[in-house]
Amino acid sequence: MHHIYCPYCEEIREEEEYSYTGEAHIERPKDPASISDEVWGNYMFFRSNPRGIHHEMWYHAAGCRRYFNATRDTHSYQIHETYKMGELPTVTAPTKAAPTKAAAQGDAS
Amino acid sequence: MKKYSGFSLFKHSLSHHENWQAAWRSPQPKKEYDVIIVGGGGHGLATAYYLAKVHGITNVAVLEKGYLGGGNTARNTTIVRSNYLWDEASKLYDHSLDLWKDLSQDLNYNVMFSQRGVLNLGHTLQDMRDIERRVNANRLNGIDGVVLNTAEVKEIVPIINDSQDIRYPVLGASWQATAGVARHDAVAWGFARGADSFGVDLIQQCEVVDIVTEEGAVVGVQTTLGFIGAKKVACVTAGNSGVMAAMVGLRLPIESRPLQALVSEPIKPILDTVVMSNAVHAYVSQSDKGDLVIGAGTDSYNGYGQRGSFHVVEHTLSAICELFPMFSRVRMNRAWGGVVDTCPDACPIISKTSIKGLFFNCGWGTGGFKATPGSGHVFAHTLAHDEAHPLAAPFSLDRFNTGHLIDEHGAAGVAH
Repeated sequence: MHHIYCPYCEEIREEEEYSYTGEAHIERPKDPASISDEVWGNYMFFRSNPRGIHHEMWYHAAGCRRYFNATRDTHSYQIHETYKMGELPTVTAPTKAAPTKAAAQGDAS
Repeated sequence: MKKYSGFSLFKHSLSHHENWQAAWRSPQPKKEYDVIIVGGGGHGLATAYYLAKVHGITNVAVLEKGYLGGGNTARNTTIVRSNYLWDEASKLYDHSLDLWKDLSQDLNYNVMFSQRGVLNLGHTLQDMRDIERRVNANRLNGIDGVVLNTAEVKEIVPIINDSQDIRYPVLGASWQATAGVARHDAVAWGFARGADSFGVDLIQQCEVVDIVTEEGAVVGVQTTLGFIGAKKVACVTAGNSGVMAAMVGLRLPIESRPLQALVSEPIKPILDTVVMSNAVHAYVSQSDKGDLVIGAGTDSYNGYGQRGSFHVVEHTLSAICELFPMFSRVRMNRAWGGVVDTCPDACPIISKTSIKGLFFNCGWGTGGFKATPGSGHVFAHTLAHDEAHPLAAPFSLDRFNTGHLIDEHGAAGVAH
């Protein structure tokens, strides 16, 4: 059972209040009609799925009903931080480049 | 390999069973192999066995970072069935079920395959419509199945709660009589012993830390025991497939999730079949030892921790207690989590990759155990011929780009 801090409610609540909605900072292609099946498939289905630091979206379904991001270790299950949509994570995996600012803002829409 | 038989049992009893041959060797890795299989679970060992037996490729190593069959092979609820909805999936799983039937004889190892039947319960009108559709699809594909009503379910499982006043009443079920369970450890050990007898090197305590490529082709793997060369590398690493793919800069349409299960204290024989419910999310059978083997769902989040959240287990047990009120006082002995490789369409990936000589067999998610022999059989063909086995062809990686997904969420037995 995770205890998750909602950056909008500013409270720590139990995992059951939230829904997990997958990897964060994935930008939807601006013009889906013009891109190849390969690019679209990669956007739809392919994920980084790391063992370690993972940036992911959660939805506070039984609370403020807003989406936010979390940086969580998928092995130790430690939540390093939660942050609002459009913000950038402060904790990142050492080998992986941090997501670009544009990508982070793309999520917020 | 010395054959196991009634006679050998008698012979060894005269020497107090102290002189049995080891089931497999523990060799040092050679410098190079034709094929390296990463992952010594059921699927990896089955792949090695069929590579050697069917295709005559014996210069093969299976590299396992822990011990053989110590991952999800040892962490599942051992259900074997083939009542999947779509043609592609049902053919693949039915191919596996066919291999299960003679597996003990083939391996000269008792995998304790018991065709005790599987019930998939329906609790709503829509459940029953889906069950009708799936059973009809199964029968068109030559897979046995019938639709049962509440009374017929009660006849098969007299202890089930057939009250229509509960939150999710049992309205009926699909019944596959040829389905059943098998002994999970024995499957891994039987395939390991069989592969070893053909000269396959099973190397335990050897973790692959990198896949080495040159000009877009695999040349070997870097391991904790040093570099080992290989013409082909086959990753059969279930939950860790994403980690393997990242070593060569690939991404997979897979997310690794914890899947939990638990067993109770042993009790007297009470349940002689397998009961599954997708809607209330519970499945249960009773092992030969007497313990109830109970499967819960996957956690919603990505996780490699081999443990999940308690509320998932609680949810499953509340469903089990409503379906089987007499189990409410049974104490649970052990709970565990496995890391399962869930795919967006709940179907596996048996495929080449963009890197020459690198193959993946993964994405079996919550239901890979039943496919162990079939998965190994078709994957061995794919490896030997550099071309997908006809049954494996629909499960290639490019279906996520062409859009030809095989959506088996309805028949996967676990809501995820």
